Amino acid sequence: MKQTVAKLIDTTLCIGCKACEVACQEWNDQEFSQGVFHNSYQTMPDLAAHFWNLIKFHEVEKPAGPVWLMAKYQCMHCADAGCLRACPAPGAIIQRENGIIDFVEENCIGCGYCITGCPFDVPRLSPRTNKVYKCSLCSDRVAVGLSPACIKACPTSCLTFGSRADLKFLAEKRAEELRAEGFSAAGVYDGPGVGGTNVLYVLKYADEPELYGLPKDPKIPWTVRLWKGPLKWVGNTIFFGGILAAIVHYLKVGPKEAHEDD
Amino acid sequence: MKFNSAAGSFSRRDFVRAAALATAYGFSLEPARAAVRELKISRTTQTHSVCPYCAVGCSVIIHTLGDKARNIQPTVVHIEGDPESPVNRGTLCSKGISLKEFVVNERRLTRPLYRAPGASEWTAISWDEAFEKMARRMKDTRDRTFEEKDSQGRTVNRLTSVALIGGCTDTNEINYLLGKFRFALGILSYENQSRL
Repeated sequence: MKQTVAKLIDTTLCIGCKACEVACQEWNDQEFSQGVFHNSYQTMPDLAAHFWNLIKFHEVEKPAGPVWLMAKYQCMHCADAGCLRACPAPGAIIQRENGIIDFVEENCIGCGYCITGCPFDVPRLSPRTNKVYKCSLCSDRVAVGLSPACIKACPTSCLTFGSRADLKFLAEKRAEELRAEGFSAAGVYDGPGVGGTNVLYVLKYADEPELYGLPKDPKIPWTVRLWKGPLKWVGNTIFFGGILAAIVHYLKVGPKEAHEDD
Repeated sequence: MKFNSAAGSFSRRDFVRAAALATAYGFSLEPARAAVRELKISRTTQTHSVCPYCAVGCSVIIHTLGDKARNIQPTVVHIEGDPESPVNRGTLCSKGISLKEFVVNERRLTRPLYRAPGASEWTAISWDEAFEKMARRMKDTRDRTFEEKDSQGRTVNRLTSVALIGGCTDTNEINYLLGKFRFALGILSYENQSRL
């Protein structure tokens, strides 16, 4: 059993330099797209098929004064991945032994069901290739022992890469430090509701993850669970039952014969 | 027909039987599907260099594809921070991490351009022509504005109409030559990008 790898994002150390964004674009040879100014320091308003890693700049009013919360927004690599559950194309989205949720472009049929299944709203359909793209946690780099491009670039050590167990320990320690410094609500966010994510956050205001654009209780939509769970078996039973019934009917009754007067 | 292998004999009949079995149960495609993406720097030449942007002077590794053969034009495929540098320890900023675009860029200038006084268009000129023009202007300016003595008659031998600017990635050798050049011409004003 391989160790589960993870990424730790200490949002308190992020200075919003966007080195991770550019590193991601460069490593993955993403195409250039021109944006427009949205009265924000954010690079893009949202993730895109060719933009997998975005630092969201959140300006929040707190009793003590305004705070600027920066949160890295990318695929969370859930243990129980909604995209993987929803994907009908075999091998288009895969969960690697080390926990990385990877996508294989050739196998994608562009149905977009993973977008419905994702509780964090991460996968994006490219209108040009009609396939879905998202962060792969640089599975190619991780496979040879390198850290993902974003983590290597980060100049403030806001991003750390390692085994999930180690990072969880580090994150809890950091949250404790923050609580000692007076941020009583500081804590760790690891995607409750989807079996834990392999992207961990240290938040100053862990009681309100919505401030960072993170869902408080991410859930795979019940429609996806129903469709890929019980409904799948019902459908399969009807389909194969129908074939079986046809065979049984053929053996018992025989082929359909045309009447003379037809 | 029989095929002899290390594992023993394997007849045609055995093969057909095995093939039928495999087809009946289906080949597993999982290993093929789980194949890792190709690492784009697995066959590159690594060159260590210094980021040319700001004065911090982060070290970078330039990954080049191509084996330096005579007929091969090497291409930069990736640039990332050098972990062995005590300056940046492998990290880079958003500008430094985009250095590949600095090298591989269709908008990059590869030859000197000249815009004549009053002209609105740039025209491509040769390197010889460019050096000639620069040397001519430098000489003319120096001849016109060189001060041998100041207003009180003291010998100063200075050239205050020209300034010199250096960059943080200039090597010791370049800086040594720039220094000599400066003293030879009598330039007083000099600035370095690392103080900007």
